[in-house]
Amino acid sequence: MTPWLPIEWTMAVRFLREGRLQTIFIIGGISIGVGVIVFMSAMLAGLQANFIKRVLTSQPQIQLLAPDQIARPLRNGPGEIEDPAVQRPSQRVISIDQWPKIRSQMQAMTEVVAVSPTILGSALAIRGDASRSVNLSGVEPDSYFKIVRVPDYIVAGEPRLTSEDIVIGVELAKDLGATVGDKLNIRAASGATRVLTVSGLVDLGNKSVNQRVCYVALRTAQSLLGMIGGITTIDITVNDIYAAEEIARRIQAANVVEADSWIRTNAQFFSAVQAQQNTNTLIRLFVGLSVAFGIAAVLVVSVIQRSKDIGILRAMGTSRGQVLRVFLVQGGLLGFVGSLFGAAMGAFALVYWHSVARQADGTELFPLILERSLFVYTALLATVTGLLAAMAPAVRAAKLDPVVAIRG
Amino acid sequence: MASEILRLESVCKAYNVGLPTETEVLHDIDLRLDHGEFLALMGPSGSGKSTLLNIVGLLDRPTSGRLLIKGQDTAALGDAEITRLRGHTIGFVFQYHLLISAFTARENVMMPMLVDRGFPGADIEARADRLLGQVGLEKFACNLANNMSGGQQQRVAVARALAMSPDLVLADEPTGNLDTRSADAVFELMRQVNRESGTSFLLVTHNMDLARRCDRIIEVIDGRIRS
Repeated sequence: MTPWLPIEWTMAVRFLREGRLQTIFIIGGISIGVGVIVFMSAMLAGLQANFIKRVLTSQPQIQLLAPDQIARPLRNGPGEIEDPAVQRPSQRVISIDQWPKIRSQMQAMTEVVAVSPTILGSALAIRGDASRSVNLSGVEPDSYFKIVRVPDYIVAGEPRLTSEDIVIGVELAKDLGATVGDKLNIRAASGATRVLTVSGLVDLGNKSVNQRVCYVALRTAQSLLGMIGGITTIDITVNDIYAAEEIARRIQAANVVEADSWIRTNAQFFSAVQAQQNTNTLIRLFVGLSVAFGIAAVLVVSVIQRSKDIGILRAMGTSRGQVLRVFLVQGGLLGFVGSLFGAAMGAFALVYWHSVARQADGTELFPLILERSLFVYTALLATVTGLLAAMAPAVRAAKLDPVVAIRG
Repeated sequence: MASEILRLESVCKAYNVGLPTETEVLHDIDLRLDHGEFLALMGPSGSGKSTLLNIVGLLDRPTSGRLLIKGQDTAALGDAEITRLRGHTIGFVFQYHLLISAFTARENVMMPMLVDRGFPGADIEARADRLLGQVGLEKFACNLANNMSGGQQQRVAVARALAMSPDLVLADEPTGNLDTRSADAVFELMRQVNRESGTSFLLVTHNMDLARRCDRIIEVIDGRIRS
């Protein structure tokens, strides 16, 4: 007997050891359950991190735009009926009013990580006989690259954006037959033209985007689009990506801007992420429940098998509390030991699946994220589940009438 | 005058009280047991012996009447106090040995002391070894309960009953499942402990030969005592 181990612990271990086959089977069951939880959690966290990284590093999490221009019906005088049919006016590209002030306000918000003014417009990229319609993004590289990680997507050249440079999508480069160092003629709808040098090619992972994306310096775009000193959007990145919609609403309420969060602009993607999270939670819940019921079932049988032992222990002065603890410790131990094996099984399955599962382009399907916190959390959860599952059998054991128990 | 260990005054025990199936199994039991006394309790099956033993052993409570252990009325005691009093005052030897099979002979003898103190210790182990020596089983200290014969298990059970130096040992047909030789050895062991340490014994038995070797015989018939 271990001198520092309370007698309840010794009894719990001995009882589990004596019912060896039963113990092995239930630990096996718990291990499989915990393994599934570890595997699913780590894999889904990896997949989610991958998706979010792909989506949210190629677009801002909140985008502030100038408010819609709306037509207001004329009021000629009291008593006159207004014309109920109001035609929506065409939307001119206009600058956000007092944008430097709004930018400063955004930078002062604690939830905001980065703010960048941008100007967006359409233009024509011309090289020789080839011309393509493009989306021109005028950006301040220092702040913009903190929001959209353009440097991460550069496949040729560099993300340099002086007033003479342009970074274009790989598909656009193909269409125009251009590569790094080539000159492109960029012509805006107003007729303004600039000749810019291709400094880099980007691959944002979407063909249609790669066919149209063009990054230039903010001032270059302002002069091309005829909006000197103006900007069309303020891009924002926040601390908590899932709070983006709520922050956007607050910004919109406090400023004369329209604020769109990634949650609204990527509603389908967001609901897919949510659905994945909900599925993961449900799987964990049901696996946890089946583990709990498994532990409870084994301990209920154990209480019946041990009723004579419980009776004799009660006769020799063992308190109800001690009997209760013996079975609670058994539940906790089963959960803990099962979680150790399960965590090892889950980690092994994850490493194997990570090495086998590949995307179409050969890159990894998900990053291998094996955080220590996941194992600690799972072990803790399994132990607590074991304790809770043992509660009913333990109470039953503690309440056993010693006379009835001894009689068996 | 010898000091009193146990006294029952007009003890009754009924089951299904208040129901149409109410059955009284003990009627007005008066009993006194003194320090150092070795008492045999006899009676046919179903006469109420085991119920009486359970009440005396504080495993069950009387429906009416008083039970005094060393002069203390047990009626007002709560479950925790009853458990403590039982652990410190009374030792049990059952017919079917009832050793805990997951533990060795030594650990079984240590068990009452372990549950009392909560942790093992060298002194507890030494006392268990002494008691096993007393019952002649020091060589079997490390044997699991299931690896011993019936007679050996019963001797371990006697050693365990003595672990807390109780004032009273209740033995419910301890020799009922043993052959004559083993039964005689176990009885002699209890008698020897009784003589040497003054521990009182209340022995339920069907064996008239053993009963005659006790200090006093009490017969329970239909829930009533006939001395």
